[in-house]
Amino acid sequence: MLNKLILANLTHRPVRTLLSVLAIAVEVTMILTLVGVSHGTLDSTKDRAKAVGADIMVRPPGSSVMSSLSSAPMSDKYLGLVMAQPHVVAATGTVVQSLTFPDSITGLDFDAFKKMSGGFRYMDGGDPVNDEDMVVDEDYARQHHLHIGSKIKLITNQWNISGIAEGGKLARICVKLSALQNVVGTPGHLTLIYVKLDDPTLAEQVANELKAPLNDDQVYSINALMDAYSISNVGMLKDFIWVVIAVATIVGFIVVFMAMYTAVLERTREIGIIKAVGGSSGLVLSILLRETLLLAILGTLVGIVLTYGTQWLMKHSVPASLVQETVYEWWIYAGAIAIVGAMLGAIVPGMKAVQQDVTEALSYE
Amino acid sequence: MSDAVMGAEHISAVSTGASTMIRVRGLTKVYHVGDVEVNALRGVDLNVARGEFVAIVGASGSGKSTLFHILGGLTPPTAGTVVIDGKDLGGMTNQQRTELRKSTVGFVFQKYNLLPTLSAEDNIKIVEYIGGRSTDFTPEFQDVLKLLGITDRMKHKPRALSGGQQQRVAIARGIVNKPAILLADEPTGNLDSQNSAAVLGVIKNLNERTGQTILMITHDPEAASYASRTVHIRDGQIV
Repeated sequence: MLNKLILANLTHRPVRTLLSVLAIAVEVTMILTLVGVSHGTLDSTKDRAKAVGADIMVRPPGSSVMSSLSSAPMSDKYLGLVMAQPHVVAATGTVVQSLTFPDSITGLDFDAFKKMSGGFRYMDGGDPVNDEDMVVDEDYARQHHLHIGSKIKLITNQWNISGIAEGGKLARICVKLSALQNVVGTPGHLTLIYVKLDDPTLAEQVANELKAPLNDDQVYSINALMDAYSISNVGMLKDFIWVVIAVATIVGFIVVFMAMYTAVLERTREIGIIKAVGGSSGLVLSILLRETLLLAILGTLVGIVLTYGTQWLMKHSVPASLVQETVYEWWIYAGAIAIVGAMLGAIVPGMKAVQQDVTEALSYE
Repeated sequence: MSDAVMGAEHISAVSTGASTMIRVRGLTKVYHVGDVEVNALRGVDLNVARGEFVAIVGASGSGKSTLFHILGGLTPPTAGTVVIDGKDLGGMTNQQRTELRKSTVGFVFQKYNLLPTLSAEDNIKIVEYIGGRSTDFTPEFQDVLKLLGITDRMKHKPRALSGGQQQRVAIARGIVNKPAILLADEPTGNLDSQNSAAVLGVIKNLNERTGQTILMITHDPEAASYASRTVHIRDGQIV
């Protein structure tokens, strides 16, 4: 019977109900989208690094596992040192230059890269021939409307699209190593070194052995690096997620507070009626809280559906910039956050309803 | 001798009898409006026997609505004794007064006070639910609905009902949990003469056929004439 009353109350003011549900849905979508993009961006980076086929990666000195790369401090003579180590069968270096976040341009030795990873699978065109030639992946090409022969200005250079490759390997934008070294002014220097071993199970051991000749540079086995690719290792991202969650929760709280406060004011007489016929304060509070709970649950469900909308939007409008994953476990967290925020928002209006004097409420116009 | 005086004179005779449903002694109620003290009731004595239909008649500001609110457990008395169906309202907590309204008192208000979002049927059932009873209407209650003439209007929401129909639904709601007393506050105050007569006829009929104790507050002598006894109130005192 009470559920019938709650449903009747919600359907009696459909616009207010709809707006409340939408506001909570936006709160949930904000959280799920941010978490989804964080996971998607990290996982796509991880997948691209893994697809190179290397067993060890050497990063610049002083860089952390998750820091962005935009310098080339390692001499390419390191490659010789690395190749001289036991079990090393191939090594190739790259230069990475950051562009507008989250893009970066990677210079690589295409022949060495092919030996290590099998090279790119081209959907159109092929490896660069000239220094101004550039290979982009299909997502980047789609997002920027590029095709073979297109010109694109990045850093200070005008580049010519020579190949459009399948995504998911190394980087989205690649040029010849020497070309990028010259453009960024670091000839003979590298940002990263990828190392392939004859026995991948020896990766940890060889990585440790490599630290001495490389002056304790950041040498990681690929598996260790993959484990390090997590949101908890990106301090700023983790903080940003919590800030967005806090903002989203406050928005949900305010919306529910206003909706329920208005509802309590509008239903003053009805609350008086329920109390007059023997409804306890607990019952009145229970009605409001159940209404809020229903709004929060509906908002969460709509929010989850909207998240698929943002995912679709990103996939079709900015596939190279933002990758959004569906992180199912966060459905529960986002729902819980929405419910807690909404319930907190209903407390003050609920207390107002509970404290209403019956006779005054019954004479309310 | 007026009914009111007769009622006052008979207080001592019925005050301890088993047939007394309402016993009021020296009831006072003082309101504070800002710094001003308002004496709404000044020592009211009243007895209502079980099965009686009593009309409390008084002008606006006479204290009749305050008496209604105290008898219904909607507001506490300042001093005096109020016993309804053996339950002493003096010193009752809010929770106890809520329990009283749930189990002992039924209300009919001037403005019907039906929940606008629920159908007529659900307006009655929610009171059964709050009273902790089954929400299935008993055959006996179905007969009451027939008596009230609203069986074919039960699925309608209040806005689809006339004033007279809404008041009859409110009466059904007021008695569905078989309260010891039914308190009606100006039940015809918002109705035209034809609907007023119909509603008052229904209340009288209900009293005669089911023995429901009814206390009706009104300013209208014609409405009061339907009651079996009339008590007059003026300036917070029974006269």
